[in-house]
Amino acid sequence: MTGRVGYDDLAVGSEIGEASYPATRLSLVKYCGASGDFNVIHWNERIAKSVGLPDVIAHGMFTMAQAGRFVTDWAGPGAMVTEFGVRFSSPVVVPDDDVGATITVSGQVEEKLDGNRVVLALTARSASTKVLTRARAVVRLP
Amino acid sequence: MALNRDYLGKAFPPGDPYEVSRVKIAEFADAIGDGNPLFRDRDAAREAGFPDVIAPPTFAIVITIASSSRAVADPGLNLNYAMVVHGEQRFEYSRPLAAGDVVTAQVTIDDIRDAGRNAMMTTRTEIRTAGGELVCTAYSTLVERGGAA
Repeated sequence: MTGRVGYDDLAVGSEIGEASYPATRLSLVKYCGASGDFNVIHWNERIAKSVGLPDVIAHGMFTMAQAGRFVTDWAGPGAMVTEFGVRFSSPVVVPDDDVGATITVSGQVEEKLDGNRVVLALTARSASTKVLTRARAVVRLP
Repeated sequence: MALNRDYLGKAFPPGDPYEVSRVKIAEFADAIGDGNPLFRDRDAAREAGFPDVIAPPTFAIVITIASSSRAVADPGLNLNYAMVVHGEQRFEYSRPLAAGDVVTAQVTIDDIRDAGRNAMMTTRTEIRTAGGELVCTAYSTLVERGGAA
């Protein structure tokens, strides 16, 4: 998926595909260390449940990062993300098994702007639940 | 146990400069499972027109967390972090962060409000180079479950 997206080839409503990404307990431990966010609800099941969560949940930013990965893979190396925003509508629950959770991201072109920029509307789901809403990225294409 | 409204509008002075490194970018990319060569291979990044490896679009959260942790952990704010979940996040970029950038982050508490039983706080973090170039503005909304006044 490299550099094959042309601004002129895209229309409002164009689908830009779908991809699925795993989220395991190991992913979250690594993300704690890489991001510096060590909130216990991302690694301690006992405390997560004691504060009313169903289980350990993924960092919202881990989920957003998967949506970002989807966008940068689609856009290719000559593109640039100029704006990226999401609302975290539901947590990604990550069970303590060998599979973990799956985050599935898809998107479409919502608007074409000047300067070779497009607004992408993104959807992210885990276990059939929408985990991101109002997810938008503005990408400047080469 | 409510959030301290006196912190509304409070700006926290920028901390020590943060140096964006190739190693940290690679660690972050690995943690999110992203094998994109732009985040690991300097030659690939240069071929795409960047001075060095660039950071994934959500990498700025690393710098944001390092700065906003001083606000979040300020006992005077009275935020119960175990009850906190992330509500919203938005980034605006003038360019991607790249290895070699030395930046500072200024955090301002833009909003504190209740939403039903929860309290919500929005911070704005401006990430600038030593030369004053605004590279990224990050808006973060944290939700303190059950934290309404």
